[in-house]
Amino acid sequence: MDYNDMELMICLASRYLEDDSIVVVGTGAPCAAAMLAQKLYSPRLMIMFEAGGIGPLLPSMPISVGDSRTFYRALAASSMPEIMETCQRGLVDYTFLGGAQIDQYGNINSTMIGKDYKAPTVRFPGSGGANDLGSLCWKTMMITPQDQRRFTEKIDFVTTPGYLTGPGAREEAGLPPGSGPYKVITNLCVIGFDEQTKRMMVESMHPGITREKVIENTGFELLWAENVTASDPPKADELNVLRNEVDPYRYIIGRG
Amino acid sequence: MADFTELLQEKKVTYKPGGCGKIYTDPDADRARLYFRDQKPRKMVEKTTTVGEAVKNLINNGDYIGVGGFGANRIPTAVLHEMVRQGKKNIGLAGHTATHDFQILVAGNCIDRCDIAYVVGLEARGLSKIARTAIESGAIDTTEWTNAALTWRYKAAAMGLSFLPVRCMLGTDTQKYSAAMEMECPFTGIKYLAVPALYPDVGIIHVHRADVYGNCQIDGIMVADSDLARAAKRLIITTERLVPNLVIRREPTKTVIPYYLVDAVIEVPFGSYPGNMAYEYFSDEDHLREWLKAENDPEDLAAFLKRYIYGVKDFNGYLDQIGGMTRLQELRYQENMVEK
Repeated sequence: MDYNDMELMICLASRYLEDDSIVVVGTGAPCAAAMLAQKLYSPRLMIMFEAGGIGPLLPSMPISVGDSRTFYRALAASSMPEIMETCQRGLVDYTFLGGAQIDQYGNINSTMIGKDYKAPTVRFPGSGGANDLGSLCWKTMMITPQDQRRFTEKIDFVTTPGYLTGPGAREEAGLPPGSGPYKVITNLCVIGFDEQTKRMMVESMHPGITREKVIENTGFELLWAENVTASDPPKADELNVLRNEVDPYRYIIGRG
Repeated sequence: MADFTELLQEKKVTYKPGGCGKIYTDPDADRARLYFRDQKPRKMVEKTTTVGEAVKNLINNGDYIGVGGFGANRIPTAVLHEMVRQGKKNIGLAGHTATHDFQILVAGNCIDRCDIAYVVGLEARGLSKIARTAIESGAIDTTEWTNAALTWRYKAAAMGLSFLPVRCMLGTDTQKYSAAMEMECPFTGIKYLAVPALYPDVGIIHVHRADVYGNCQIDGIMVADSDLARAAKRLIITTERLVPNLVIRREPTKTVIPYYLVDAVIEVPFGSYPGNMAYEYFSDEDHLREWLKAENDPEDLAAFLKRYIYGVKDFNGYLDQIGGMTRLQELRYQENMVEK
């Protein structure tokens, strides 16, 4: 079965979204994963968008998390405070985030590269809703390519909290207890977080990927699960639905 | 540049800045009440005007503005273009997913300070080079927030308060470079972040329909506009259609902005273009791409801005430049998924 990295990551991510749960997604790969999950595994998965869309029957990939597709034939066209407050009340199970840098505790930088906040080398958009979702949803997932530049020991700016500095740090900072990073799905492996240390721990490696390759592409020391398994590659029906129904114009999977 | 952190310290309240960012607008609820008592007309009178007059009379250099919609969805493009044409300067902006709106105001060198939740990017479309440069060079002073934080800052103001406790931003650099402050719940001891109320000098919102008094209805998602309309000291409404008051009264459940919040109403058909307007027209992705591409070269950008903003009289002139009704109709088919 032939597939690219993006298809692989989307298929793997889709399997984590349980039926009868709520996920807030952005555009791109996370939206594709949620749509795929809905079509194959979790038909009652509730998809929300931070600008206010609740439970749309997505006719196609939205371009913006606030465009009219995000509430096409939806259950409700609400508001940003409505979605964010639903997260804050503890009703949202999953969210997906991305970023320019991520550290071993799952802290994410989407604000800037450089040493001086007032004079950034590179300025990115900033948090948007990322910090809110990463603070307030129960389980935060990432779909991201893995390399040394992105997976780095020290990120330049903590935009969105992962486990911050380790066990207990989120709670100490005042973030809702029991929330935090859950899985990081990369082009090389699936990474979870160790219960004790709250550090990234490799759970499974994709077909053809070696430990060396994963280590080479990570700027910090990874933990390894006792039994690192082989990731179950995309199945024919997953690819079929992804290519023909979820993203027929290859907006997202074309990037893989 | 106004920094109300100092003003607050003068009042000898217990305020000690948590983050190191600035507060660009006065969060004081008592002063806001006096403003609303003395400056907001209660009279239900006709408020229709032109975009040119509204921008001239209601937006001053140095004002802080909040823009409705969501980046390139239901944005008041005509007012933003007019601000550029009139050369408005030293404007402060609530960067609450400000994408194409931010891009327009940066192109006109209008902004000198920004509460950032999301700027510079146009979501999946890519990054605006001029917006990025404006921040990297320090030309725009910034304080960090998040979309929820800015939403709740509007909400605090809409509630007539001076702050709200929230549970985001805690423990991060986003908090450090904000102007929020940690606090403890007096009932439960839960740690919160207090975010100051945001009362913009001017709110600018594009709606689906309004009557001449300013009673407004919006179809589809509200984003943060219900609170923005209430938080703003002055409010400019552009509307796809001006409708008789009876149309509003026929479906009062749809009215989200009552007339007493509104200072000016202007009918601007296709007023969110090149942004998306739910149930009316989709975003013009070709034109947004053209914008981003023009930014790569200063001469291209100057020619682009001359063609679409400086060289046209008003928003209808802009719509003529982008292909007029032929193009707009295509976008309407796209929005309504009409197969042509």
